[in-house]
Amino acid sequence: MSAALASAVQPRARPGRSIFRNHAVRAVISLSTFLLLWELGSRMHLPWVGDVPAPTVVMKAWLPLLSDPGYWYSWFQSSRRVLTGFLAAMLVGIPLGLVMATSRIFRDVTFPVFEILRPVPPLAWVPAAIIFWPTQELSIGFVIFLGAIFTIMLNVIGGARSIDLRFFQAARSMGASSWDIFRRIVLPGVLPSIVVGCEVGIGITWNVVVAAEMISGGGGAIQSSAGGGLGFFIWSSYIGSSYPQIVVGMISIGIAGYISSAIIRRLGRLITPWTRAR
Amino acid sequence: MSARSGQAKKLGAAIRPSEMQISGVSKGYGDARFRTEVVRDCTFTIERSKLTVMIGPSGCGKSTLIRLLAGFEKPESGSITLNGAPVTGPARDRLVLFQESALFPWMNTWDNILYGPRARGEATGESRDMAEFLLNKVGLGQFRKKYPAQLSGGMQRRAELARAMINNPAVMILDEPFRGLDAMTKELMWEYYSRLFEETRRTNFFVTTDIDEAIFLADRLLIMSNIPCQVRAVLDIDIPRPRTLISMVENDRANEIKMNALSILHEEAMKSFSRGSKAAADFVDAYSKRVAKG
Repeated sequence: MSAALASAVQPRARPGRSIFRNHAVRAVISLSTFLLLWELGSRMHLPWVGDVPAPTVVMKAWLPLLSDPGYWYSWFQSSRRVLTGFLAAMLVGIPLGLVMATSRIFRDVTFPVFEILRPVPPLAWVPAAIIFWPTQELSIGFVIFLGAIFTIMLNVIGGARSIDLRFFQAARSMGASSWDIFRRIVLPGVLPSIVVGCEVGIGITWNVVVAAEMISGGGGAIQSSAGGGLGFFIWSSYIGSSYPQIVVGMISIGIAGYISSAIIRRLGRLITPWTRAR
Repeated sequence: MSARSGQAKKLGAAIRPSEMQISGVSKGYGDARFRTEVVRDCTFTIERSKLTVMIGPSGCGKSTLIRLLAGFEKPESGSITLNGAPVTGPARDRLVLFQESALFPWMNTWDNILYGPRARGEATGESRDMAEFLLNKVGLGQFRKKYPAQLSGGMQRRAELARAMINNPAVMILDEPFRGLDAMTKELMWEYYSRLFEETRRTNFFVTTDIDEAIFLADRLLIMSNIPCQVRAVLDIDIPRPRTLISMVENDRANEIKMNALSILHEEAMKSFSRGSKAAADFVDAYSKRVAKG
């Protein structure tokens, strides 16, 4: 106990004294404890946990799926939708956020609309999106786009407005033009906030894609049972009463969300090296 | 070696002897009933090739004056001129060093120093040579690739001096630049900064609340009254340069000026204290103890 306390207080004591200092080791301990408790809870039929398939049962359902192209095609479909919707949200949200942050008139004119649309949950858009857009694919893409764009825009606006006023004064004193200030002060100044916005935004897109696929029937993939995306994979597993597969789908989404956030984080660090410099 | 002394000569030779005249300047904030007049009918001269230091109680409107001198804000009445020409907005001939570092966090030392020339499209080989010279001049040659967050407080101030100097301003305006540095670093920065001034003899305007800093650095010392901000007294600091910390402690003339300045500041503090300023209370208290001891 005291050893654990000491290691928390002095993060960089002598290396190799205890394997518990390693982040990866801690992560493995955390995950395996969780799985163990889940397994026990499931086997002992504890209330609430009891009806959930145990991890071993889930694994048994998962293993054959790993060699099933349909399962991987679901991954591909959901990832493709997330990526396109998310990229569209970035392409629209970042410039729009920058204009709203830099032009007072534009902000005053557009912000009220933005503020009314923002609290509407993306899922509330699903029925309307299905009616508005000609194909299922476009409706899903649109809902994903909505899921990410507000977070990205808000972060861009907030980031741009929190740039130190003295940076602008200093730049102007040194003879910088408005364009130069935008390019070399505003853009790098908001970059860390853009990264944060995207990291949160891509998490939301995974929430949204799954629900959108469930509601819209997997983009017209009902007949083929595979290829409707991970959300539809869960839904059809539910319809087909294969409960272990539901959990497989859930875990798959968890992993996919984690991977995409990690990629964004890594890319973000790459383009904002000064935020880590100490 | 010869290239470097050439640079040094250029740094000194390119400086235009410049003078700023502030006459009858007033500035207030807020409307009608809630209006506070921060600067009222303020008149003084920042003499050419001199280091003019302005000292006054904190919150007396010094920073407002600096924004006016820099051109970030406009006076409500009165005029500010540089070499006879009215000041209309911010420009590279009057550069400000702010209270805390305003280095761009996303640029390394080298890019920060070269910001001005690049922004004006003048980043020629010549300005690169000058950046190189200044980088070494402020002792940051090893730190050109470091981001501001990787520099110590003193290094950041030096990098900022270099970033301002490369634009060759007619007047350098410094707003409590060494505030927040620890005592040792601060005193080293005084010596460092006054050497830099002595080498170039550029017109400098330095604002502070620290009486020791003021007397160590100044050719002329302006003592300000509390809000509204006006010049209360002008003292000529006739102590020969170069000055060192030790020589200043032992110098009778320096101590005499210090006591003189303190008694004027005390009067000002008493006045604002009697007008209900809490901030002045500490100073009044400390000063009376000190006089009793001496």
